[in-house]
Amino acid sequence: MQPTPTSDIKLEDILLQRKKLRRQLLTSGNLRDIRIAVLGGTTTNELVDMLEILLLQSGFHAIFHQSEYGRFYEDAILEPQTIAEFKPDLIYLHTCALNVRKFPSPSCTEQELQTAVGDELNRYRSIWKSLGETAGCQIIQNNFELPAAAILGNLDAVCAGGRTRFIHELNRQFAIEAAANPRLILQDLASISARVGLDRWFDPKRWYSYKIANTVAGSFAIASSLAALVRSVYGRARKVLVLDLDNTLWGGVIGDDGLDKIVLGRETPVAEAYTAFQEYCLSLRARGVLLAVCSKNNEEVARQGFAHPDSVLKLEHFSAFKANWEPKHENILAIASELNLGVDSFVFVDDSPAERAIVEAQIPGVAVPNVGSDVTDFAPVLEAKRYFEPLTLGKEDMLRARMYEENAQRASQERKFANYGEYLDSLEMAAEIDSFNSIYMERIAQLTNKSNQFNLTTRRYTLAELTAAANDGRHIGIYGKLTDRFGDNGLISVILGTIDDRKLLIDLWLMSCRVLKREMEIAMLDALAERAKARGIHTLTGIYLPTAKNGMVADHYEKLGFTLVSKDDTSESTVWSLDITGYAPRSRHINILELAHE
Amino acid sequence: MSNLLPEVQEVFRLVFDQPNLVLTRESSAANVDNWDSLAHITLVSAIESQFKIRFALGELEDLKNVGDLLDLMEIKLSS
Repeated sequence: MQPTPTSDIKLEDILLQRKKLRRQLLTSGNLRDIRIAVLGGTTTNELVDMLEILLLQSGFHAIFHQSEYGRFYEDAILEPQTIAEFKPDLIYLHTCALNVRKFPSPSCTEQELQTAVGDELNRYRSIWKSLGETAGCQIIQNNFELPAAAILGNLDAVCAGGRTRFIHELNRQFAIEAAANPRLILQDLASISARVGLDRWFDPKRWYSYKIANTVAGSFAIASSLAALVRSVYGRARKVLVLDLDNTLWGGVIGDDGLDKIVLGRETPVAEAYTAFQEYCLSLRARGVLLAVCSKNNEEVARQGFAHPDSVLKLEHFSAFKANWEPKHENILAIASELNLGVDSFVFVDDSPAERAIVEAQIPGVAVPNVGSDVTDFAPVLEAKRYFEPLTLGKEDMLRARMYEENAQRASQERKFANYGEYLDSLEMAAEIDSFNSIYMERIAQLTNKSNQFNLTTRRYTLAELTAAANDGRHIGIYGKLTDRFGDNGLISVILGTIDDRKLLIDLWLMSCRVLKREMEIAMLDALAERAKARGIHTLTGIYLPTAKNGMVADHYEKLGFTLVSKDDTSESTVWSLDITGYAPRSRHINILELAHE
Repeated sequence: MSNLLPEVQEVFRLVFDQPNLVLTRESSAANVDNWDSLAHITLVSAIESQFKIRFALGELEDLKNVGDLLDLMEIKLSS
C-alpha cells in the first residue's frame, strides 16, 4: 500500500522495505528540500536512514551529511568549514553516555562532580559555538540516556561519584543552556530512552560490532522524535485538535441518555477516565493548541454537555463547534475554513473507526490516529505521535509565522472516494435481518426503551409486550444487526408493525445512531416489505410523532418514498403511506445475510 | 531439514528492493551487489526481526556465505 502522510510507518516496514518506501515516497509532489548535517558519537547511518523515511512522509526531502563515527568533536571544532560548505539548514549532534569523556570516580567529592560536569559541558559549549559561527543554523543536540550500568544501585543517583547522578547533573546543565540559547534545540533522549525502556535500549553487541549504541527500536524512537522536531522547526507541527463528543469527551450518547446520564466526573473509574481526557485536552489548549468539536448530534443537545457540572471543558474553550448530522469530513473542512488553517494542521480524535476511516480517506492531510475506543488510550496515542511538538513556548510561534508563507499545501496523495456510495461499499457491510426471536428479545426491548433520536414514535414496550407481539400472529416485528470491516455493531435496528387487513401500521421504527447514514434503514425497509407482501399486505403506513429529541427522523418516511397522508396541526405528527404491491428491493451497499430457517 | 533459502531470499529482495534477486548458498557479500557493511547491519536486523532469532556476538564473523548463514539459522530455529 502506498504510504501516506497520515498512515503509520512501523519499524518493521522500515527494516524490511526502506528502499521501496523511499522510492515510493520520493514520487510525492511538493517535497521540501532540507539539508541536515549529522555529527555523531556513534554510527548514525541507521537512524539517518529511518529519519529520511519519516521526513519524506512529512513532506521533506532531506539531504544528509554525516560525520565519521565518533568524530563529532573534531568535525565541529577542527573542520567546521566542511560542514559550513555543506550549507546545512539544521545540524543534529547525536551523542550518548558512551561518548562522555570522563566520568568522575565513584569516590569523588561533590566539588569534583561539579568540575567534571563543567568540563563535559564546556566541551559541548565549544562545539555549539564553533558550529554556530561557521554554519549559522539551528542545532539539535540530544541530552543523555541514563547509564547502562548503575554500579552503586540506587545510590548511583545520590552519590557524587554515581554515573546516574552525573548524567542527571549534565542533563540539567544542557537544559539550562538550551533555554538560554535560541540556536540550540534540545532532544530529550533521557525521556525517549526511558519510554522505550533502558533494558530494551542498549545492545552491547551492536556497539562492539557496528558502534551503534542502541537497538533498532531505539534508533526508530530517536528518528521519530527528530522528525517531530524538524516538522516543528518548519512550522508543520499540528495546531488543531478536533474532537468527537459521545464516547470521546464523555461516556454515553447525550442525545439518547440525556445530560444527567453522560459519564463524567469522579464517581466511577470510567467517569474519571473521561474527565482525565478532558483535562488533557484542556492542558493542550493552555499551551496553544486550538480545540474544535465535530460531532453527529443535535447542536443544542451537544452544547448542553458542557454545562454538565463535571465537564472540565467549557464551551468557551472551543474555537469551532460543529454538531449536526452532516458527514464529519464536511464539518472538518468547514472548521478549517472558519479558522483559516490548513487541514494538514488538524488532528481528529473519534472513538468510531468508521468515522475515522471516512475522514482519513476524504481529507488527505488530516492526522487521524487510531485511538481505539478506550478513552484511557486516547492521550497516550496522541502523546506518542508528537503531533503538537513545540520548539519553545513563544519562540515557536514566531518561527511558525515566518515559515507559514513557504508552507505550500501538500498535493493530495490519497485516494478519495468518488462518492458516498463508494465509501459505503468500502465498509463491507453485512446485515442480518430477521423476525423477532427469543434470543434477541432482551436486546430488542433494551434498544426500544433507550433510543430517542432515530425513533419515529418513541413508544416504549415491556419485554412481555414485545414477546406477546412476536407470537400473536397479528404483528410483524423485525430486528437488524450490522457488521462492517471494523467489527460487529450488534443489534441496532427494530421495526414493529400491526397487521390491519391489507395494511401494516408501523408502530415502531428505531435505530441506533452509531449506524446513521449507512443506508441500514433501506435494508430494513426491504426486509419489512418482503415480509409484509408475504402476508398479503398492500400498504405500509408510517407515523412520525415529534419529540424534543427525534427531529432527525422528521423526513424519514419522505426520504424512503412514502407519501404524506395527513398532518396534525397541533402535535405536528405526520402519517405516511407506501404502496408495496410492486416493491423491489433497494438496498445496494449492504450484503444481506441469508438465514437458515427450520 | 527445512529449506530456509526462499524465505531468506525474500528478506534480501525486500531489503535491497530487488524483486528478482536470486540467492544461493554460495552467495556472499563479495558476489551480491550492494551488500556492504551498512546493508549488512540492516540484513541482520531484518533477519532477527523476521525469524525472531538473535545472533550472538561474533557468530556472524565466521560465516563465509549464505549457506553458512542458513545452517546457523537452522540451528537457532530448532533449538
